Amino acid sequence: MLANLFFDIFSAILLVSAAMVITSRNPVHSVLFLILAFINAAVLFLMAGAEFLALVLVIVYVGAVAVLFLFVVMMLDVDFVALREGFQKYAPVGALVGVVLFVELALVVTGWTIAPGATGLREAPMPDGVSNTVALGSILYTQYIFLFQMAGAILLVSMIGAIVLTLRDRKRGKTQNMNQQHARMASETLSMVNAKLGAGAAMPAKTPEDVV
Amino acid sequence: MQVPLSHFLVVAGLLMVLGVFGIFMNRKNIIIIMMSIELILLAANINFVAFSGALHDMVGQVFTMFVLTVAAAEAAIGLAIVVIYSRNRGSIEVEDVTLMKG
Repeated sequence: MLANLFFDIFSAILLVSAAMVITSRNPVHSVLFLILAFINAAVLFLMAGAEFLALVLVIVYVGAVAVLFLFVVMMLDVDFVALREGFQKYAPVGALVGVVLFVELALVVTGWTIAPGATGLREAPMPDGVSNTVALGSILYTQYIFLFQMAGAILLVSMIGAIVLTLRDRKRGKTQNMNQQHARMASETLSMVNAKLGAGAAMPAKTPEDVV
Repeated sequence: MQVPLSHFLVVAGLLMVLGVFGIFMNRKNIIIIMMSIELILLAANINFVAFSGALHDMVGQVFTMFVLTVAAAEAAIGLAIVVIYSRNRGSIEVEDVTLMKG
């Protein structure tokens, strides 16, 4: 069947690019393979019938997260070769954990069945005759509106956090200090001198505040 | 959904195993570790979407949306921490990060 063939092709590309993400020597290549993996995962989403999420995956991950990774990898001046030391040393234990995990997952995947009455307990059955985007929106903005708002709050907090963490106040050049300027009083800086005719006014003696 | 559910589950399981393997293999490089975490979250998302399609239930797709949100927030905060750490210490080796060890 054609759908199965396409599924096999795209999932093979997904898994190969995921393997390249973790094994490639150059982190820039890792990020580019991550982008390829996300695009192929978006195709798998499409085949599972989630068109909206497929496009969201492309926009959010390829457009934002992967570019963020790429930006950080290229901006950091780090010796990435030194970071690969111990790659072979950790491989056996990693492979052991991976194999154990995969066997466990295989046992779960091959051994489960859907309970007889389970499909009657569905929270939000897919409505017929509307597109995926309409169906998702009609449940996301009604039944899950609080979770949706909470997701927005999480994004806001992470945005503020990232900005606050990376903001660096460089002291270069002359900058205005608004508070100091507003707190300045005329009586502190200005004095009236009664100048005598023909003699002029002498400069007042400097006070310690003036020297600062 | 024309493709059987078990195919999706196998692909997602393999993807998750690859992500865990990546964490073990690249133990010094925090950026590759974060990419591996993204792969694991992607595997979880594939499972959510596959079950949503197989059971004709929209909740799986709603939760995929929330997982995407949390993953994006995690990537942003994590990369910000990596940037300030490398700015302060000049290295991002995971094994050097022992400031809070006491």
